[in-house]
Amino acid sequence: MMAIVEKKITIRNETGLHARPAALFVRIANKFESAITIAKDDQTVNGKSIMGILMLAAEKGARISIIADGNDAEKAVDELSEILSQDIESNELGQVK
Amino acid sequence: MKSPKKPIRKQVQLKGIPAAPGIVIGKAYIFGTEELHAPERNISFEEVPVEIARFKRALLETRKEITKVEEKISREMGVEHGRIFSAHLLVLEDPVLVEEVITHLKKKKKNIEFIFVRILDKYVDVLSEAKDEYLRDRISDIMDVGRRILRNLLGAENRGMEDLTEKSVVIAYDLSPSDTAMMHKGRVIGFATDIGGRTSHTAIMAKSLEIPAVVGLENVTDIIRHGDMVILDGTHGMVIVNPTKRFIEKYEKEKKRYEHIEKGLFGLKSLSSETIDGHHVILAGNIELPEDVASVIAHGAEGIGLYRTEYFYMNRRDLPSEEEQFNAYKSVAMRVKPHHVIIRTLDIGGDKFLSHLEMPKEMNPFMGWRAIRFCLASPVIFKAQLRAILRASAFGKLKLMYPMISGISEFRQANALLEDVKCDLRRKGIPFNNDIEVGAMIEVPSAAMTSDIIAKEADFFSIGTNDLIQYALAVDRVNEKIAYLYEPTHPAVLSLIKMVIDNGHKEKIPVGLCGEMAGDIALVIILLGLGLDEFSASPIAIPEIKQVVRSVKYSVAKVIAEKSLQMQTGEEVRQFAKARLREMVPELADDELSSGV
Repeated sequence: MMAIVEKKITIRNETGLHARPAALFVRIANKFESAITIAKDDQTVNGKSIMGILMLAAEKGARISIIADGNDAEKAVDELSEILSQDIESNELGQVK
Repeated sequence: MKSPKKPIRKQVQLKGIPAAPGIVIGKAYIFGTEELHAPERNISFEEVPVEIARFKRALLETRKEITKVEEKISREMGVEHGRIFSAHLLVLEDPVLVEEVITHLKKKKKNIEFIFVRILDKYVDVLSEAKDEYLRDRISDIMDVGRRILRNLLGAENRGMEDLTEKSVVIAYDLSPSDTAMMHKGRVIGFATDIGGRTSHTAIMAKSLEIPAVVGLENVTDIIRHGDMVILDGTHGMVIVNPTKRFIEKYEKEKKRYEHIEKGLFGLKSLSSETIDGHHVILAGNIELPEDVASVIAHGAEGIGLYRTEYFYMNRRDLPSEEEQFNAYKSVAMRVKPHHVIIRTLDIGGDKFLSHLEMPKEMNPFMGWRAIRFCLASPVIFKAQLRAILRASAFGKLKLMYPMISGISEFRQANALLEDVKCDLRRKGIPFNNDIEVGAMIEVPSAAMTSDIIAKEADFFSIGTNDLIQYALAVDRVNEKIAYLYEPTHPAVLSLIKMVIDNGHKEKIPVGLCGEMAGDIALVIILLGLGLDEFSASPIAIPEIKQVVRSVKYSVAKVIAEKSLQMQTGEEVRQFAKARLREMVPELADDELSSGV
């Protein structure tokens, strides 16, 4: 079923979206058929693009929207917002703290 | 293109950011990472699909290369290091990037290499403006991938560390993760780079490869030439080009000492730092970054006697936020608990400077507008730091120390600001330790001489010998020509130290010492005998100090200190101290350096 689903969330993890979870986010986003967009203030980027997410520079506390458009939109938004709501300490961009 | 390098024969010392500890001495190998550059050419409409096909092929080849490197690194160094390269794959296959390149190609009708470099440059420009260090560090990832794609487009050969034939210290503007990963263990004995911070990949890889490294040297590639002899001290972040014989000897000794400590003295870690007759002293570590806590714990230190906070303020364009400082102080406090952490408030000026504040050039910066003088004149900056420290004090045993106090008035002024901040926190109901101990760093002779007055209001003293010596003896500590006059054992210095300790003890407050002198092995017995309560030194010096403490009787140390105070010259004291060390701790006397590095 085609649908556009949007969810607003606040970045919780210390280093922001641009840091460690960015790569994970892109990998998960790419599993879905739906087009994924992230919006912050008046800026929107492709959620399947690591470069786009880096350009967004969303730090801890930033309010962003995840918008999915397609058959699996609902599931995509659920899974992706889940990633950003946890304080992910994994090491997805290879950064060892 | 960089300007031709000036020939140098004289010894030059460069200071950078220590990235991975250890000392190496060897020949420099200049490693050039090519700038991204591509020739420009117009293409016809018919050529567009050809160029697109070339681009796609280059992407595929690059993918194969990166996958290969990823496998190699995961196998040899562990999966977590391999992950850097799987992030590279994401850049390579980025749908937005690829689409943008193709759209531009169709529109501009230029060769693909040229278009590709232009698009990539655009991203790099945006990221280099980023405030966040992490984001700026990502540039090297993107450049790394970009360089590979470009090489595949241009058919240029992959030039890496493979052509290194002899043991070398690699000097580069920057090293990409692939460069670092391909370093031959054994042939690359150390490396130094112009750019990079402590959290850059280069620094992280160096640590895990255990190759001594210094980063952030700014112009090391301009100064060092191929084949130059260099000493690289990754522990202190120093690179010495064309060292004199004296320096090479000094560092060879230091290198031996370092290796000896790392191997042998670890066994002392869990033993208490007390004398044969049961007198306990605190051996604490000096740190600069929260990451350094690991080393403090690993070397068996009882807390942190000096947490320098200048790092927050340097190499950046904006001021550190209260939050950023709070998080760092909190994490250190929690990890070091139940031991204490003495945080020294901002000590900027002198040989350090804030990159974003226009500090006026001074004729005599060590005696100028710095440390507490600067802080009292800049209450906004100072209060933000005090707030961060106070808030973090709810999470562990934090103590606060003001640097460069010259008399009681400055101490009171600083405390008045502290009281303002406390009131504000109280009003807002933000938790903090109301009884946080506040001490004075005693490093100005006038403070030492009025330490009886200051002791009545301070909760502790910490003697900063580096500056105390230079002020007391009027010896600029960065001037090589008069370095021989810089004597920690000078009778004037010893009697100032004694005065401070005695005055502190009269008011029942503990007295520590946090300069290089604390790590000067020959002097430990004297300082112990003078009644010092806490030694704070760089973590690697802790095991040796502990061994000395554990090998002597406090009663004997007191006699030795008393005798030292009767002597007339610094040299006499030094020789006397060395002889006593040889008698009591012969195993350490052999590699004892005449003065600390």
